[in-house]
Amino acid sequence: MAKVLVVTSGKGGVGKTTSTAAIGAALAQAGQKVVVVDFDVGLRNLDLVMGAERRVVFDLINVVQGVAKLPQALIRDKRLENLWLLPASQTRDKDALTEEGIGRIVDELRTSYDWIICDSPAGIERGATLAMRFADEAIIVTNPEVSSVRDSDRIIGMLDSKTVRAERGERVEKHVLITRYDGARAARGEMLSIEDVLDILATPLLGIIPESQDVLRASNVGSPVTLNNPASTPARAYIDATRRLLGETVAMTVPVERAGLMNRLLGRRAA
Amino acid sequence: MDANAEPTRQLVRLRGRSYVAFVFCPAVPIVEWLEEIDATLARSPGFFVGKPVVLDLSAVDLSRPAIAHLVLSLEKRNIRVLGIEGVEAARLTASMPPLLTGGRHCAIQHVQPEKPEVKPPPTSLLLASPVRSGQSIVFPDGDVTVLGSVGSGAEIVAGGSIHIYGTLRGRAMAGVNGNSSARIYCQKIEAELLAIDGFYQTAEELDEALRNRPAQAWLEGEIMRITPLN
Repeated sequence: MAKVLVVTSGKGGVGKTTSTAAIGAALAQAGQKVVVVDFDVGLRNLDLVMGAERRVVFDLINVVQGVAKLPQALIRDKRLENLWLLPASQTRDKDALTEEGIGRIVDELRTSYDWIICDSPAGIERGATLAMRFADEAIIVTNPEVSSVRDSDRIIGMLDSKTVRAERGERVEKHVLITRYDGARAARGEMLSIEDVLDILATPLLGIIPESQDVLRASNVGSPVTLNNPASTPARAYIDATRRLLGETVAMTVPVERAGLMNRLLGRRAA
Repeated sequence: MDANAEPTRQLVRLRGRSYVAFVFCPAVPIVEWLEEIDATLARSPGFFVGKPVVLDLSAVDLSRPAIAHLVLSLEKRNIRVLGIEGVEAARLTASMPPLLTGGRHCAIQHVQPEKPEVKPPPTSLLLASPVRSGQSIVFPDGDVTVLGSVGSGAEIVAGGSIHIYGTLRGRAMAGVNGNSSARIYCQKIEAELLAIDGFYQTAEELDEALRNRPAQAWLEGEIMRITPLN
C-alpha cells in the first residue's frame, strides 16, 4: 500500500526539506520505492538538497497544468535507483497549484511508489494546505523552541481538520520529529526540553536530530545527510527515525555530539 | 428547389388550467383603498410579484375613466391586473384587462411548515482531543470540557464554565453571555488570558506561584479570583 507522507511544520527554517531528503533517502536505502515531491512552488530547494538541480526539465506545475506528463517530470536519483524527485517550479507561485491537479498526481504516484513524501512549504496557506491535503501520515518537524512548537501545534490542528482523511472521519497518523536539538543548550535551559515539546504537542515522537555541521555540509554538496555521511550523528538519528516510520521498535536516544577536548573544557563557560 | 411547398399545418392544442388569483375588491373612497395597498406593499414589497390579480368591481360603481385610472394606478405599483369582474362589459375598453366571469371562491391556504418537536440544545460540550493553537471553540450555550490541553494561541469561549483536564496555555473566556457565576478550572495553568463575564486577566497579571498548578478562577463582584485547586 502506497503511503502519502507530508513533512510539515508551519514555521520556516526548521529543517523540513533536509528531513524530507534524509528520510526519503533512508527509506530508499531500506528498499522502499520513494518519490519526494517539492510543494514549495516559487522557493524550491529540495532539488538542491537532493543534488538534482541541473537535471530539472519539467516540474510539478507543468504536470498540474497538463503541459507535461508525470514521468517526464520525475527525476531519478543518481545514487539510489529507487529514489525519485518531483521538483517544484521556481518561476511560478503557489496559486498555480490546484487541489484537483494535486489529487490526480498523488493518485497516479500511488500506483507505482511505496512512499510519496510531500515536502511542505512554510506557512498555513495554499501550498502547505495542499501538501497535507492527501496525506496518510505526517511528520511535524519542530525545533525545541516556543515559536516553532506553537506553529507545530497549529499545523497539527490543521492536519486533524483540513485533510481528506480528517474530512472522511479518519485519522492522519502524526509523528513529531525534533530537529536542531542541542544537548548542551538544552541542559543549560536555553531550549525547551524534549518532555516539554511532547507535552505541548501531545503527539508521538519519531526521532531527535541533533544540531550538526554534518547537515549543512551535506546540503551544500547536494546530498541527503543519510547518504553523504551515514555514520554521522544526524544521519544515524534520521535512519533510526526512518526505521520507526517503517514500524520497527528502535530505542529512543537523545543524541550527543562528540565534543572535542577544548569544547568540553570551554563549552560550559558561563556568559 | 420547390419554392411553393405547402406549409405544414400545425395543430393548435388547447389545454385547460386553473390558477388561484388574488381578488381585489376596491372600496370607496378609492384613494384610501390605494393607500391600504401601499401600506401592504411597504410591509412586504414583493407580495404581489408574479401573482395573478383580478379586480372585483361589484362593490363599487365606477365609470369607464375611473376604472382606467384604477388599473393604471395599480400598474404604477407594479401590480398587473389579469382581468376584471363584477362590471358590465360596456364600461371596459379594449385596452383594459378582459372581463372575467365564472370565478369560484377558494380559500387561500397558508401553508404553515410543520414545526418539528424542538429538543432543547445540549448545554455542555465535551472535547476529547487537545485544542490546538489557532483553533477557536465557541459554545455560548453552556459549559465546555476539554480532556486534553489547550494550546498557546487557542481559545475557548463558553457561555458557562470551562473545565480543562490538561494544561491551559491559551485563552479561556467563560460566562460570555453575562453569566458572572461561571468559573474556569484547569489541571495546569499557563493561560495567556482568563476572562469571566467580560472581566479579564492576562498572563502577566497571573500570580507566578500559581503557574503549573491546578487552579480555578471565578468572579467576586468585579474582581477575578484565581486560586489553586488543592
